[in-house]
Amino acid sequence: MFAFLIKRIAQAVLVMVIISVLGFAVKQAVGDPLRGITGIQVKEAEREALREELGLNDPLPVQWWRFMTQAAQGNLGQSFYYKKPAMEVILSRAPATLELVFCSSIIVILFSIPIGIYAGVKPNAKLARFFMGASIVGVSIPVFLTAILLIYLFSVELGWLPSYGRGETQQLFGFWQSGLTTRDGLLHLILPSVALSSIMLPLFIRLIRAEMKEVMETEFIKFARAKGLKAWRVLIVHGFKNTLMPVITVGGVQLGIMIAFTILTETVFQWQGMGFVFIESVERADSSLMVAYMVFVGFIFVVVNTLVDVIYGLINPMVRITGRK
Amino acid sequence: MRKLWIVWAAMLALLLLAGCGEEQKKEEAAEATVEEVEVVEEAADEPVTLRLAMDADPVSLDPHVQLSGGMLQYSHIVYDPLVRWSQDMEITPRLAESWERVDELTMRFHLREGVKFHSGNEFTAEDVVWTIERLKRSPDFKGLFEPFAGAEVVDAHTVDIKTKKPYGLLLNMATYIFPMDSEFYTGTDEKGEPKDAISKTGWSFANVNESGTGPFYVESFVPGQKWVLKRFNDYWGADRIGNLEQIVLTPIKNNATRVAALLSGDVDFIMPVPPQDYQRIEDTSGVQLISMPGARIITLQLNQERREEFANPKVRQAIVHAINNPGIVQKIMNGKATVAGQNSPEGYDGHVPELTPRYDLDKAKALMEEAGYADGFTVSMIAPNNRYVNDYKIAEAAASMLAKINIDVELKTMPKAQYWNEFDEQVADIQMIGWHSDTEDSANFFEFLYMCPNKETGYGQYNSGNYCNPKVDELILASQTETDLEKRAGMLKDAERIVYNDAAFVPLHWQMLSWAGSDRLQNPGEIVNVMNFPYFADLVIE
Repeated sequence: MFAFLIKRIAQAVLVMVIISVLGFAVKQAVGDPLRGITGIQVKEAEREALREELGLNDPLPVQWWRFMTQAAQGNLGQSFYYKKPAMEVILSRAPATLELVFCSSIIVILFSIPIGIYAGVKPNAKLARFFMGASIVGVSIPVFLTAILLIYLFSVELGWLPSYGRGETQQLFGFWQSGLTTRDGLLHLILPSVALSSIMLPLFIRLIRAEMKEVMETEFIKFARAKGLKAWRVLIVHGFKNTLMPVITVGGVQLGIMIAFTILTETVFQWQGMGFVFIESVERADSSLMVAYMVFVGFIFVVVNTLVDVIYGLINPMVRITGRK
Repeated sequence: MRKLWIVWAAMLALLLLAGCGEEQKKEEAAEATVEEVEVVEEAADEPVTLRLAMDADPVSLDPHVQLSGGMLQYSHIVYDPLVRWSQDMEITPRLAESWERVDELTMRFHLREGVKFHSGNEFTAEDVVWTIERLKRSPDFKGLFEPFAGAEVVDAHTVDIKTKKPYGLLLNMATYIFPMDSEFYTGTDEKGEPKDAISKTGWSFANVNESGTGPFYVESFVPGQKWVLKRFNDYWGADRIGNLEQIVLTPIKNNATRVAALLSGDVDFIMPVPPQDYQRIEDTSGVQLISMPGARIITLQLNQERREEFANPKVRQAIVHAINNPGIVQKIMNGKATVAGQNSPEGYDGHVPELTPRYDLDKAKALMEEAGYADGFTVSMIAPNNRYVNDYKIAEAAASMLAKINIDVELKTMPKAQYWNEFDEQVADIQMIGWHSDTEDSANFFEFLYMCPNKETGYGQYNSGNYCNPKVDELILASQTETDLEKRAGMLKDAERIVYNDAAFVPLHWQMLSWAGSDRLQNPGEIVNVMNFPYFADLVIE
């Protein structure tokens, strides 16, 4: 296990370096940060002086190396627009994104498991067919469209739910701006969470259904039934437990997609999370903030993937054994 | 496993409960409308609040950090200028009560007495002198204040503002002088930096602290999220003010979300309004649309140095006649723009009524024939896709219109963050640019767009057509030092006529300005103006 971890960490570091290089490659393409922070009638000479001051005239490798040496000390550069360290900007927005992802995950878990199991056990029931049909629709509609439809239906037409932003937030532990502790914050969470889960939910329903169908036909299920175990016990303990493996794997892989869709959802709902800040940084060519986001998200990615691998090893000893070979 | 089952059931139950809670809330909401009247009376201690949503928030608390519409909107809320434009484009007194010319280089301003800054300090002539010095130091403003030599204190409430040469636009520029609290910004901050430092990319005292004389002060702000502005009780104009006690400003970047926030009652006032939603807002009860003709001209520049064809005035005329700008305004702008034939909108000194739009396809074809280009040619074109209202759609339409006179256009659009550098490098034969005159005066268009490009003087900085006509330069340079405004207007009109007859550029339209608000607002039509600086202090709200 120790060797396995060391290998994983070495891989992670390499991935991070590659991400930073890619970030710098993209940095040049998004445009000139100086255009975003100066008025249009400012003379080019003034801009040039500022560029020099910010070190934007240095060759890219020099800039990259400066970034890496600072990053090693935990400094990911300065956001031009927010006039603060980029890391500070991203961390202050992380709770918003994490709470959104958390709520979406809860919706996905609560609905995908029972619906998936039901549709797997009774694939021909009318209700199961309805769920399957609906899940195809859910997967096919782009998130930003779902989001706008939700806003128009629930905010504009019915006036039930707020249309944008996080509402009232509370400061927890001195740094975590939370919307989970106030009623207003929770109301603001509903629509974005539903919009974000609209992509994941159908996927997991179909996945659990397919796995369930397969498992329910195996010998040990028949045997369990023959033993006279209660029906739900057969379903959950003998059936569903054995579908978990692929579900967790896919869950880990889906994280990337989840982050991408977070950006879209946050943009439509003006949800002040990391994805929103990223899109803004691209639009404003706030390049240091953009690179910082890519590195930061890359880091989370690598950590989560490593964790998924480890958990995988815990659930299925086979993985560790193959790892040793 | 049994435990898991129980946990899961409990969570589902919670979720359902939350749903029921929702149900109850809806019923309450339905009842609330009936009881609302009583509630309003009870909640008298709630401040009268305007929830304002804009596409972006101010980038800083320091008014000199960036010269942009957004920062000027902010300046008008938190600071007060010496003078300001009224809705009908008259200069009206603010911190300056009256003014007179002393000599051709000097104007004397008599300042209002008893004006307090948010810090409690007294406003005096010192502050005006200090502010002008700081403006001349600001990277963004120093260009605008180049003609100014500085200011001198005459007495505590009289100040002389001096220019290097005679300058007819001194009063126009005084609208940019928002006096800052010199005492408040003097000294060093906790980091040992001078408090008056201007920092575009880092922390500075002025970026996070303000002391102006304006009707509202910044109580708290989270950049990009939420600003709370509170009524300033010692405001000099407190007796002539609307009834707003608080403004909560939220930036909402996404057009559809911003409109939805207004329609659902989450905000009271939005700016700007996307043209595709004008109809919807007009048709919805409980909200109102306010729009007025703007002064930002949208144009195409034809690069005469890149293309010999464009150096031929007949070809330029043909292109101007081929572009169906009334059609663009009708079809793409939903009628919410003003078709243009010149730079200066109505009301500007240089506006010439007879310079009308020139769409005439037959004439365009004839002109191409005369010029010897009946078979046409291929050109490249660039336009931004997130800078002006419907910019990329306008560019696409223009390209298809040029196809009718056999000019094939290879169009490329890009976001503004990339666009301006490409524009400066003149990477394409036709380039789109919109321009709003900072001085609310015609000369500004020519100085930036049509004077012979000159790196030394900075004239023609955005003249990517490389149009160069000594007569135009002469007129504009003369207008700068002409203080007889009648004579000056004549020069500007002449310049407009010359670029019209030369087809120096392709005029498209002036963008309209638009705002929308809930019907709770009593007089939103009175607080807006062509500069797009709403004077929120004058707003009356139910």
